[in-house]
Parts: sequence; C-alpha cells; structure tokens
Amino acid sequence: MEPIRAPDTAPRDPVTREFMLGEGSGSGAGPQSMQLGIGPQHPAMHGIIRIITELDGEVIRKADVEIGYLHRAFEKDCEVGGWNNAIPYTDRLNYVSPLINNFGYCSAVEKLHGIDVTERCQYIRVIMSEISRICDHLTCVGASAMELGAFTVFLYMIKAREYLWEVVEDVTGARLTISYGRIGGVKADLPEGFAEKTRRAFKETREVLAEVHRLLTGNRIFTDRMVGVGALSREETIAYGITGPMLRAVGVPFDVRKKTPYYVYDRLQWEVPLQQDGDNYARYLVRMAEMEQSMRIVEQALADIPGGPINVDAHGRAVDPASYVDRGKQGKTEGLLLLPITLSPNLQGQNRAQHAEVNAPDKRLVLPPKENTYGSIEGLMNHFMLIMDGWGIRPATGEAYFAVEGANGELGFYVVSAGTDRPYRVRCRPPCLPPLAALHRMIEGEMVADLIPTFGSVNMIGGELDR
Amino acid sequence: MAILAHLRERFGERIVETHDRRGDHTAVVTREALLDVLRHCRDDASLRFDLLMDLTAVDYLKFPGREDGPRFEVVYHLYSVPHNHRLRVKVRVEEDDAVVPTAVPLWPIANWMEREVWDMFGVRFAGHPDPRRLLMYEEFVGHPLRKDYPINRRQPLIGPKV
Amino acid sequence: MGVGTFFTSKLDEALGWARKYSIFQYPFVTACCGMEYMATACSHYDIDRFGAGLPRFSPRQADVLFVVGTISHKMAPVLKRIYDQMTEPKWVVAFGVCTCTGGFYDNYATVQGIDTIIPVDIYIPGCPPRPESVLDGLMKLQDKIAASAQRF
Repeated sequence: MEPIRAPDTAPRDPVTREFMLGEGSGSGAGPQSMQLGIGPQHPAMHGIIRIITELDGEVIRKADVEIGYLHRAFEKDCEVGGWNNAIPYTDRLNYVSPLINNFGYCSAVEKLHGIDVTERCQYIRVIMSEISRICDHLTCVGASAMELGAFTVFLYMIKAREYLWEVVEDVTGARLTISYGRIGGVKADLPEGFAEKTRRAFKETREVLAEVHRLLTGNRIFTDRMVGVGALSREETIAYGITGPMLRAVGVPFDVRKKTPYYVYDRLQWEVPLQQDGDNYARYLVRMAEMEQSMRIVEQALADIPGGPINVDAHGRAVDPASYVDRGKQGKTEGLLLLPITLSPNLQGQNRAQHAEVNAPDKRLVLPPKENTYGSIEGLMNHFMLIMDGWGIRPATGEAYFAVEGANGELGFYVVSAGTDRPYRVRCRPPCLPPLAALHRMIEGEMVADLIPTFGSVNMIGGELDR
Repeated sequence: MAILAHLRERFGERIVETHDRRGDHTAVVTREALLDVLRHCRDDASLRFDLLMDLTAVDYLKFPGREDGPRFEVVYHLYSVPHNHRLRVKVRVEEDDAVVPTAVPLWPIANWMEREVWDMFGVRFAGHPDPRRLLMYEEFVGHPLRKDYPINRRQPLIGPKV
Repeated sequence: MGVGTFFTSKLDEALGWARKYSIFQYPFVTACCGMEYMATACSHYDIDRFGAGLPRFSPRQADVLFVVGTISHKMAPVLKRIYDQMTEPKWVVAFGVCTCTGGFYDNYATVQGIDTIIPVDIYIPGCPPRPESVLDGLMKLQDKIAASAQRF
C-alpha cells in the first residue's frame, strides 16, 4: 500500500480537488463531475422528492427531479365513492390549506350542476379560504427560514398558525383535515363569537409578521442566501405554467381571485402584491404581503357578511342557549316548548334556520337539516336518497373546469360526470407541479447550498404534487 | 364564443365539435390538426394562449353511450395571460393507436404533464424527449387510472405481495 | 434474590429511566401528518418537555423512528433502508392512521400499514392525530422503553 502523501519535503502542487475526492487524473485541470442524490428523505427538505444532481465541485451542473413518492391515487379514489365522498380526499391534497381545496372541488361540481350557493355561504368560503391561505404562507415561510437556520422564525410562525387553527377548529371541528365544504354549501354555519376570535388571532398573527419582518427582511445572512438565488425569468415562468406567488414574483399580476372573480372577491378591496425579480427573496416578499392582504379580505368580509346565526327568543332577542338549559334544570319549564329555540348543542351551526343560510335550496344536492331527517318522513327520505348507494347526487352528463386561487397558484378541478351518482373523472390541476417541473432550471448553475432556499420558496406540498 | 368561431373559421373541418357548456369554451380537434391548432392558439395575436394550465386525459371505456367510441380523450386547458381568456382543446384517440403528438416544443411544462398521462393512462406522446413514468415506479405494470385497472391491485416492491 | 440479579435489575431500571428521557427521534415525514408533527414539536405543545425535543436527521444517531404520513409502495424500500441503518436499541412509532393500516387509502399505491415492512412499537391513530394523542403515544413509548430489558 502506498502512503497517501509521500514524506518528502520537495515543493509540490497544492492539494487538488481530485486528490480530495480520491479519483481523477490528478492533473487538477478541467471540471470533474460527481453524482449526488438528494432525497427522497432529506432533513433540509420538507417534502419527499428526489433530486439527482451532477456536481462540479459545489456547483450543480445538471439536476433531474423525481417525484411520485407520495402518490396515493387521489383521482382513482374519487371515482369509487359518491360525489360528496371525494371531499375528505381533497383535504389531503394541499394539506396546509385544505379549506381551499374543499371549496375548489365543491365549486367545480356546482358549476357542473349549474347552481349557485347562498350569499352567506360565499362569504364564509372567502373567509375560510383566506384563513387557510395565511396558514399555508406561514408554514411555507417558517419552514424555509428554519432550513436556513432561522429556527426562531419557524417557532413564531407556527405559534401564529396555532392561533388560526383554533379558529378553524371552532368552525369545522378539526384542525387540519377539516372536510368542511359540501356540494351546495358548507357543513355548518360560523359559530358564535367567530368574528371576535378571528380578530384576536389576526392581532397575534400581525405581531408575528412584524417580528418576522424585523428578523428576516433586512437580515444580512438571510438576504445573502435569498437575493438573486433561484431566479426564473418572466418568460420561462409563464412557459412552465407556473402560477400563484411565484408568477407574481416576476411581476405578472395573475391572481384567479382578480382575473376571474368567484364567490365575493370582486366586492372586497384588496391588492395583488407584486415583485419584479423572480428570485427567492421576491417570492418571500410576495408571500409576506399576501398574508396581510388576506387578513384585509377577511376583515371586510366579516363586516359585510349578511344574515347570521339565528338564535332569538319569541320577542326577537338574542338567546344564549345555555340559559335555556339552566332554566330547564331549575324546573322553570313553563312556556319553554313554545320558544323557537334553534340551537342544540350537538347540531351547532347546522340547525334548520342556519342550514338555509349556508346551503343552496336544492334537495338534489344538499342534505336536509338534521331536525328534518330525524323529525319528518320527507326529511328522512331526502337524506336516504342522497346517502344510499346508487342514488346520491347525480349531475347531468358533462364536464366542467373550475379554478380557485390556491396558496401556490391556480388550483383547478376538472370534473366529468356520466350522469351517475359518482364522479366519472376528477382531475386536480396541482399548482405545485409546474414549479417542480421547472426546479431544475432554478438550481442548475448554482451551488448545492442554494438548493435549500430555492426548494423552500417553491413550497412543494407532497399531497398535491403527487396526489 | 368568439374564440370558437375564430377556430372554426380558421380550421374548418379539422375542428370536430365545439361547445361552451357552463361557459367553458371547448373545441374537439382531429389528431392530425392538434399541433397546428395548439400552435395557432399560442401564437395568434388575438388568442395568445401562452400558459398551458393543464393537460390530462379521460378514459371513456365505461362511459354510458361512449363504450364503442374512441377510448381516450386527451384534454388541454389553455389560459392567456394578456387576454385573460380560457380554452379547452380535446383530442380523441383509439385504444390500439393511443398516440398523440407531443406539445413539449410549445410549452415546456407539457413534458411532465405528458409523462403523467403516459404513466396513468398509457397514452403515448410521439416525439416526447423523456418518455418515462412520472408518479409510479418503473417496475409498475399497467396504467392505474385506466377504467379496467382495479383500484386495489397492488404491486409492492418489498413486503407481502398482496 | 441474589446480589447479581439485584444489581442487573437496578441497573436496568436506571438505564431505562435514562433512555426514556433522552429520545433522539428521526422524523420520517412524508405527508399531512407532518403538519401536526410540526405543531407538536413547536412551542404550543412542546415535545421537548418529554425529552424528545431534538430530532436527529441521521438514522445512525437516532433511536426512535417516527414514521409520519402515508407510505406509498414507491417509498417503502426507502423506509426499510432507513430502518435498517438505525442501530440497536431502536423503536418505531407509527404516526397517523395511514402508517397504522393504510387508512382510507385502500388503493394500488399505498402500503397497508408499515408493520408489513418493519416492526412497530407504538401506533398513534388519527388522521392526523392531535398533538395531545401524539404526546400520549410518546409517553406510552417511554413506559415501554423503561419497562423493557435493557441491552448494553
């Protein structure tokens, strides 16, 4: 065996790269390539994809991105059950903003059916979508900052997300996989005290955003790794079909909420944040600004939302349901039966009066309120007709494409109906896929370490990318 | 409606069918004309569909009334950033000749989307630069989104063969 | 009870106590459950209170494998390889119903429970499980670690 370094004292070449890597000609001239596989499980990447890179030193010369590690047959699963059965699967597409997916799918089926949802329901959908969008951006910015070493930012942002999730939980009953949308409406009306709770959560979120701005936006370490890194030109962004914050970061004012307004977005005052540079820093700034705009939207929607939970006594006064229970317990039952109590503890937000506020008046689509199901034969029949196998919702034969602005861009659902009780085909246009297809264009020619902020700013979400 | 009229005027017989149900402008074109139509849609000044929103397919094997027709339909959803309008272009292909010309030279994003359609439906794209599967693994046999692929036919790489 | 047995059992107890409060976990995060994993790890629920705050992102340095999220057939060999790289003693937590049984993904792409591939110590059901049930599962794992015979 030869010694690695000859023990002589004669002047010699500096140690070459080839020497360090242990192979090569030893001349030290010319590039030398090395294959490096990153992923599918990598600590600095919050998603499972595999990037096979060809390196020259620390510079990525060529990258091949492989996806599909979280493919769980969303589109096939949707074809198996009824139209409403697909909703839990849509939760798990972009699991950081599940409410937007719910409403996107529901609206696609409503478009196929040709029905409108009630005005209050549209407001609720706007409010919940925007809360979901804030959660998504918080997670994206927080996780990317963490991967650059700014762990504090991650803790702060998850703290804010936790406040918002409490609001979401109040409304939907779940923190993450909420299944709140229904074809023709939503599961239940907003609970009491929702507006107040949301305002409190927004106060916390705004404080966190201000703190994060102070921590990151002017931070030398952060900007050094973000500015000018992972940039994509305007032409290439469009050619790769990229939408959402990444398209707005190259100065294209495309936002489905503005360009083809759905629900009540056109009645509210808000702006589309734009940046010009198209690098990671521009994407970060767009996302930070969008969170503020989303809060603006929610605050206006809360002020404008028509109707409301109807819990009034015979004299038209608002009634606290707990006081009814107290009266009953004390034996003061006189006249209690005659009072139009509309809230029962286990039907929160779903009883007859609220049901009509948030659901389309269409018996072919919308389950009747539970009082009717349990209290009248018509309601029971209606319920059975929608639930039983082989009956259910039956949209006419046809196809429809409906797009909403997801947190990562245009989230489209293309649904095809064969006139039966289950979808013939549900296609989700994943907003994550185009940026991942263009990822190699963003990282080739840059350093390996730059892969991490770029991958963070793409905000890849496995459930949506691989479906 | 102007878009569909424009296309019919320009391509005549080669547009098989058009409709705009629910406001979605849809044109079904022949396979031979597909690339011409797509290129025209992208480059014509009044259309300028510069963004390929989506590319997918539908298997009509078990669709009531269409069991005997062409089995697959490849669906393109186009969007125009300058004009803010949309168009759906469809092309029908038979099962034993499931080949469609590739759109990669027009929009680079078609690369991955066509790979996904090949993976899920087994529709080939002639001239595709990188015709691999996208989501499933190479060892996987068959195309899972075809209507005759049973949903729970698993092909595990390791573990029990169920 | 002989003196030797007394010592080994006391040493076992001491080791178990030490081990259960110094869990170095490897989070094998794939899907939705990762969001709840983040929530559990952050300030609100603070998994650090249980001595499991520090994830080690190298399987060779970790002793608990948290499998968080759906495992597809494409991912299964990767999971097996990570498990094989971990050194003894090691434990596995199946986080979320997809890892326990496959959940409602009964289809061609999804592994029907990771216990068909690797042994599992604790199952935490839920889709995704709430942080409270994650912490409950963690405490059950700690009990299991403390009670098992220690190899050293």
